[in-house]
Formats: sequence, C-alpha cells, structure tokens
Amino acid sequence: MIFTIAARELRSTFLSPIAWTLIGVTQIILTFITGSGIENYVRSIQPNLHMYLTPPNITEQIVVPQYMWLAIIMIVISPLLTMRVFSDERKNKTLALLVSAPISMTEIVIGKYLGLLAIAGIMLVTYTILPLSLLFFGELDFGLLFSSILGVFLLMAACMAIGLFFSSLTANPLISAMLSFFLILLMSILIFVTSESPDVFSLADISLFQHLMAFVSGLFSTHDLMYYLIIISAFLILAIRRLDSDRLQH
Amino acid sequence: MNQEILIKAQHLSRHFGPTVAVNNIEFELHRGEIVGFLGPNGAGKSTSMQMITGNLAPTTGSVEVCGIDLLEKPKQAKAHIGYLPEQPPVYKELTVDEYLKFCARINRMDKINVSAAVDNAKQRCGLTKVGQRLIGNLSKGYQQRVGIAQAIIHSPAIIVLDEPTVGLDPIQIREIRSLIRELGEEHGVILSTHILPEVQMTCDRVQIIRSGQLVYQDSMENLTQQFHGSCAVIGLGEEIAEDKISALPAVASVERLAPKRWRLLFDDNTDTIQQVAKQIVDNGWGLTELVPEQKSLEDIFLDITTSEEEHSPAEDDAA
Repeated sequence: MIFTIAARELRSTFLSPIAWTLIGVTQIILTFITGSGIENYVRSIQPNLHMYLTPPNITEQIVVPQYMWLAIIMIVISPLLTMRVFSDERKNKTLALLVSAPISMTEIVIGKYLGLLAIAGIMLVTYTILPLSLLFFGELDFGLLFSSILGVFLLMAACMAIGLFFSSLTANPLISAMLSFFLILLMSILIFVTSESPDVFSLADISLFQHLMAFVSGLFSTHDLMYYLIIISAFLILAIRRLDSDRLQH
Repeated sequence: MNQEILIKAQHLSRHFGPTVAVNNIEFELHRGEIVGFLGPNGAGKSTSMQMITGNLAPTTGSVEVCGIDLLEKPKQAKAHIGYLPEQPPVYKELTVDEYLKFCARINRMDKINVSAAVDNAKQRCGLTKVGQRLIGNLSKGYQQRVGIAQAIIHSPAIIVLDEPTVGLDPIQIREIRSLIRELGEEHGVILSTHILPEVQMTCDRVQIIRSGQLVYQDSMENLTQQFHGSCAVIGLGEEIAEDKISALPAVASVERLAPKRWRLLFDDNTDTIQQVAKQIVDNGWGLTELVPEQKSLEDIFLDITTSEEEHSPAEDDAA
C-alpha cells in the first residue's frame, strides 16, 4: 500500500512541470559552480601544488562545494517540491479517496514521504554525474564523495519532512511553501549563532546546516545522523496527527 | 431480499463547535437494498455519509459495518465500503486506467485481480472508450462516472453515493440511475440526494433528514400506498357553490383551482373516488373531469421539511 501511494506521488510529481523545471535549473546552476571550481583549481592551485605539504585534492576543492551549494539551493526548492503533497489533495478533495480506503493515516503519510525521498534520490543521482565526470581527469576521494552525498540526502530528507508537514496544514500550496521555506531558512541560518563553549547547548545545535558539516568533511557521525532522523520523524508524526485531527472532534 | 445487515448506525451525532450537524441518527442498511437519504441543503446528509465511511469521527454513537466496529477496526471495516463523496475524488493528471488501478491497489486488491476489476468497473460505468484519456480532460459527467467506478472497483458490500447525479445531463442521469438499481441487487446502496424523482425511481426505502434529525423513515411501497388517491381534481359543467362540493362524501377540504375546477382532499382513501363520482352525477353537475392525484414524495418532503422551520436549524458543514 505504502509503495502504491509513493509511486503515485512520484508519478504525479513528474507529470507536473514544477519538478522538471526545478531539477533542470538546479542542474544549470551546479554546472556553473563546478565549472568555476575547476577553473579556480586549474588557475590558482595546480601551478602551486609543489608548495603544499598535503596538496588539496579535487574532491575537497571542487566536489564538496558543489554539494554545499546544492544544500543551499534545497532551502529554496524543497518547499516547492513538497507544497502540493497534501495541499492539492485538500484543494481537489481527493483526500477522501485515501481516507476511505482501508489504509491508515500513517501509511498514507509514509507513502507520500517515500515518494518525496525518491524525488530527492533522483535529483542526487543526476547531480552526481558532474563529479563523476571529473574521473576523466583525475581521481576522486570516494569516501568523501559518498559521505557528502549522504549528508546532503539527509538534509534534503529533513527539508522534505518539514515541507510535508506544512503541506498537511493548508489547502493553499503557496502558503504551505512559504511556511516551510521560512522554517527551513530559519533552521539553516541558526548555524551563525556562536556559542561560548562547545559543551554548552547553543541554538546552532538545531541548525540543519550545522549537522551537515561533519558529513562534508568526510566524517560519518551517528550523532548528526540521529539529529536528521529525529527531525524527520518529528515532522512526520506531526503531519499524521494533523491529518487525523481532521476526522476527530475538536 | 436477503436480510443481512450491512450497516448499523446507532445514536450518531456530530457537532461542529456549537452547531449540531447530525443529531442522534439511527438506521440500518440491508444487503440488496437501496436507501435514499433525503434532505434539503445543509440538513446533515454529507456529514452522515462522512461518518458512515470513516471520514469523520462521530461525536457520539457507533457504526457497525458488516459486524465490524468502524471506530475500533477502521481498516477492516473500510474494506467493505465504496464511497463517492460530493466531489469525485479524482486525480486529474492521471488517465482513467491509471487512476482506477491505483484505487484498486489502495483497496488492497491483489495485483493479479486488478486489471480484471478495472475492466469490469469501466464497463459497468461506460468508461471503456476513455481508458487512455486524462481525467482532467473528461467532461463533468465522465468524471462523475470515474468517481462511481472508483467506489465499486473492489466490489464492496456497501456503496455510499453522495449526490451522484449532480452535473450530469438527462441521458447520463438515466444511465447512472439504472446502474444504481443494478448495484442495489447485490450490494447495499446508500444514496444521498435532494432530487426527489431520483429517490422515487431508484430507492427501496426513504429516510428524510432535517436539521440533523431523521424525521421520516419508511419503505417506498408504504409511502406510495399511504398517499395514493388521497386527492383528486374535478371539473364540472357549471359553477357550484363551494359548500355544496364540500358536502360530498369523505371530502376534507376543497380548493378552487380555476373556474369550474376544484381540487378535493379526502380524509380517507378507500373507494372515495367512486362514491364522489356517483354523487356528482346524481346531483347532475355535469362532470367533465375527474383525475385522482397521488400525493407525491415532493409534497411529503415539503410537509416534513418545512414544518417547524423555526426549530433550531443546524448548518451542515459540507467540508
């Protein structure tokens, strides 16, 4: 059941021009970023390689910045990808179809969320063609590449969960996109909050980007993994409760 | 008729804040029966339908679907229900085939049975030719049919249709009504509508709901019998004083329709027409016309729904 809903979600997403446009435009931007990364490397780093004790590799210099930019772009485009997930069902009154079927609200929400994750996966695969093309000219640090991909995927997954929750609140996709954009942006810029000591809790600890840093430096940290899993489950549970409450007495 | 009880609703009520949309409704649905749920706009029809199908939790009361409690075991209970809401819940970006396949799958049908079920539903609803078309490009009538196909695809025991003929042309309405009759032979059907002829033509039993309360409940047969021949229109050759006419046997009241035409209302309906005709002829009034009239469902409906109008009207939240 869950996969039927996920497949329907994925199909409907790619039947609308929004997903195609967003993926295409992002691809163009990332290509420019990678291109300028290569240019920068060839002009200013390659001629001076003999001056470094540990010379910087192309994965660090070109690939990681590409994924960091992808993460930043996701702040803007993930709300646009998630806005219609439940808003459209509310607007077109199709939610009754799912609610009347013998499936639970949890299955509906998880099904839809898996559909969104599949979109995130498809995006990451297309964007990973760029770094892989560098294999023609040199070697990549695959450990760093995979941990970066994993980190960005977790960040996208968290953004999608937040967007899915806001989409469950309203029948208006625009409002859902705005609300999720503001929350994701807020949770991203919290990284700039400085704390007095690393042991004391600071607002930066709840930043979506703070926890990406370990992954893009090649470190697989369960601490950061847990952070993303908690964010994801929290917002999915909120969405399930929100949709269940439609039925119940207020 | 098989007397297996499909739906048993007890003490159903639903409040929306201070308004009471549905107040203590009780009814049963048997297999092989079509029940018409009749009421003016905002009477609580849709709210009742939503509660029966598990789209809305009742404030009080319980619903049993094929012996399974809808609130305790929603998954098992919902498997027996096909529901067409007021607005057909169709995904406009999918084709009819894709959509029906999806509906079959979310109703937990096995993969191998899906395509047969889709073909069957399409055939019953006259959708065979539009299988490859996008639902969004279909006319309102066809979208409505897709909605009905969706409700019957998993051949549920109970089919709940909320105003299924809204927005259809007369030919389509006739087709849908015959489809409903056909469905009523093996399933239990609940039909909510405010169109009276629809109920008269399709339903076995009528329930009239007003301001959230069930105010009338009887079989169609009893209804027609009860009100048959209870009034008649007569035309006479000359003007006769009204008090003379009301002296005719069993006449309760007289209403003047036009010069030389009156409507008579009888207080009992056994053979009165014969006696009246005989009396008029005996009086030599020159009988030109005598048409027994059936009190229609419309009259009953208006009687029931307009009386006590001041009685706290509850608004139906159709959302």
